[in-house]
This record gives sequence, C-alpha cells and structure tokens, in this order.
Amino acid sequence: MNKNLFEYTLRLGDTSLILSQRLSEWCGHGPMLEEDIALTNIALDLLGQAKAFLSYAGDIENKERGEDDLAFHRDANQFRNLLLTEQPNVDFGFTIIRQLFVSTWQQYLYSELTHSTDKNISALAIKSLKEVNYHLRFASDWTLRLGDGTEESHQRVQNAVNELWNYTGDLFEIDQVDKELLKHGIAADMKKVEESWNKHIKQVLNDATLSIPEINNFMRTGSRKGVHTEHIGFILAEMQFLPRAYPDAKW
Amino acid sequence: MVNDSLKEQSSLESSEVFQLLYAIPDPEVPVITIGELGVLRNVEMINGRIVIYITPTYSGCPAMFAIESEIITILKENNISDFKVKTVHFPAWTTDWLTDAAKKKLSDYGIAPPEHSSQIKHLRPDEVSLKCPFCQSDETHLTSWFGSTACKALYYCDNCRQPFEHFKCHH
Repeated sequence: MNKNLFEYTLRLGDTSLILSQRLSEWCGHGPMLEEDIALTNIALDLLGQAKAFLSYAGDIENKERGEDDLAFHRDANQFRNLLLTEQPNVDFGFTIIRQLFVSTWQQYLYSELTHSTDKNISALAIKSLKEVNYHLRFASDWTLRLGDGTEESHQRVQNAVNELWNYTGDLFEIDQVDKELLKHGIAADMKKVEESWNKHIKQVLNDATLSIPEINNFMRTGSRKGVHTEHIGFILAEMQFLPRAYPDAKW
Repeated sequence: MVNDSLKEQSSLESSEVFQLLYAIPDPEVPVITIGELGVLRNVEMINGRIVIYITPTYSGCPAMFAIESEIITILKENNISDFKVKTVHFPAWTTDWLTDAAKKKLSDYGIAPPEHSSQIKHLRPDEVSLKCPFCQSDETHLTSWFGSTACKALYYCDNCRQPFEHFKCHH
C-alpha cells in the first residue's frame, strides 16, 4: 500500500465528512427555508465527496475497509479533517465564515488537484470542484450581505472571523506526506493554494467591510497528525453512535 | 459453476441491455430517463458478465441508490444474474449531455432546463435570464441557488407569480 497516498486521501475525505456532519445540524433550523435548504444541499455535496474519497482510501489501504468502516469505526486521533471543519456552528454568520474559509481552500486545492498524476484524485477533484463553485458563491455572497449589513450582523461575522482566524494556518501546514506526493505530481502545491486563498479572502472580507485580525501570530494546527480540538469527540459520538451500538444494523 | 450460470444467463447483447436500462425514469425527475440524463454511461460484456457503468450527477445525489436498485430489478426481470454495477466519476457529469428532446420534456414538466455551458460561460450564473416554463415570460428572478434536489435552483416568475425550479447548468 502507498501509505502517503492513503493518508492524503483520508485528509481530503475526512475534511468533507466532518464539515458535512456539522452543516447537517442546521437541517430544520436555518434562518429561512432557502438557507436551510442551501446549507443541507452543501452538506449533501460534501458527504458525496467524502464517500468517494474515503472509498478510494479504503481501496488504497487494501484491508477491506470501505467508506462506512472508515467513517464510523475510527477514533478521534485517527481523523484527519481540518480543525476548522469541526468548529461549532454557533450562529448563521459563524457558519458562513467557516464555510467561506473552507470552500475557498477547497476551490483552489481542487483546482490544483485536477492536474494530479493520480487519476482517481484528479477525477474526484474535477467533479468536486463543480460543486464547490456553488458553495463558494453562497458563502461569499452571504459574507458580503452580513458584513455590509446591519450593525449586529457586521459584529457577528467580524467575531467569527476573529475567532476562526487562528485555525486558518492549519489549512496550509504541510508535512512529509505532502512533500513526497508533490514530488510525484500527486499532491497540490500548498504554497500556490495559500497565495490564491489569501487573495480571495482579503478581497471578500474587504468588500464586506470586515477586517482580518491583526494579532495573528499564533496558529492552532495539528489536523495532519490527528491532534484535534475538543469538539471532534462530540461530533463523532453523535455521528458514530448507531453503527457502533448496533454493528450489524442494516438500513 | 460459472458455465452453468452462463447457460441460464439471458442471451441479450450489451447494446440491448443498454437500451433496456436507458429507459429507466429518473427517480427525482421521472419525466426524463437515466439514459437521457447521462447517468447511465455504458454497458459492457466482460467474460460473460454484464458490467453497467453509472455516474452520479452531483457527488451526494441520493437518487443513485434508487437508480442502482432499479437497474438490478430490470436485469433480474430479464434473467440476467451475472452482472456488476460500477460507479465511475470520470468524465464528470455535465448538463451538456442532456439532449434537446430531454430539455423539452423538462420544460413541459415545469422545470426550466439548463442552458448549454457555452452560452453562459462568461456570465455570473445569476445573470442568466430564464424563461418561465409556465407562461414563457422573461420576467423571472432567482430565489435560491439550492433547491429540492442538488441539481436544481429555485426561481420565481414575476409575471404569472409562480415559483418554479431550474435544472442548473453544471459544467
């Protein structure tokens, strides 16, 4: 098995899976019917992407673990999702800023991965990118409306930017896995992704009259090593309960 | 064992199986078929086994489960027991695969069909002006880019005051 490729694919799949799980908490609680439907649609796209990436990870690992085994029968320290994706929804504005940060990252990451020398990664990147286009437009439009909206909406999204900013360093941290795969043209060049991400985020936040926090020297990272924030345990407890309690349960 | 099952196997050619499956209605939009939608990609005979290739419209489309089980039902009804349904992700699904006939069916059903991607490439999607499928008016506006299924957006007609769905251009 190609251990690096397994690890890399897991990171892509887990990030989509955990954000999907978080977003689906909005189901039936959206501020308006249209936004409720939008958030759950995005969750569904992400779930589909997670299924495809985790299924491929299972193939690479070759230990007869399918996407369900990987999703439901791993513990927190074995998950490789970005720390941003496990942060709580808090309010609609907070959810939007988290989505803006992650969708922008996915947009440029998948754009790079469409050229991956790994045929499966590139196929899934091409497919996912089409969907991420919608997510990014949704998150960017709402950032603009809330940031340049009322005093309260502005304050709420500014608080979200301030609080979530510390997790954005985690988006671009690279380790040996990235370096090895980049040599073979499989992984994305995170330097390029970071550059494009910064440019887009600065533009959107600026248009939305929002500011990037100035004290940003501390970045909370660790997702590559499976070091999480406390929130992951609560997500997994809910997400994994049924298949763990009733291992043979069939739909 | 393999030979025995082959003898019982229906004598349909892969192209005939393709035609048979082509006509399965889409579970969410039953007015068009999975063939017209482009979900059914190919049918091959590999060492006496029928292999069916399908591709999802959107990654998370829950209709894929229903489509797969419908395919299996039809195959069994036609005495085909040695088969495999495979999901492929490349080439990625696009609404450009929908034929004009399929788009007409969508419109008649009350869903504004997707434009060809070449026509909207340089526009922001919300600048695309859509005709209302009920009264043909151009006085319509977008209410949400996300609708009752992953492939549709919500619109409203300012002329006949009817909300309607738009099958999003996906390319």
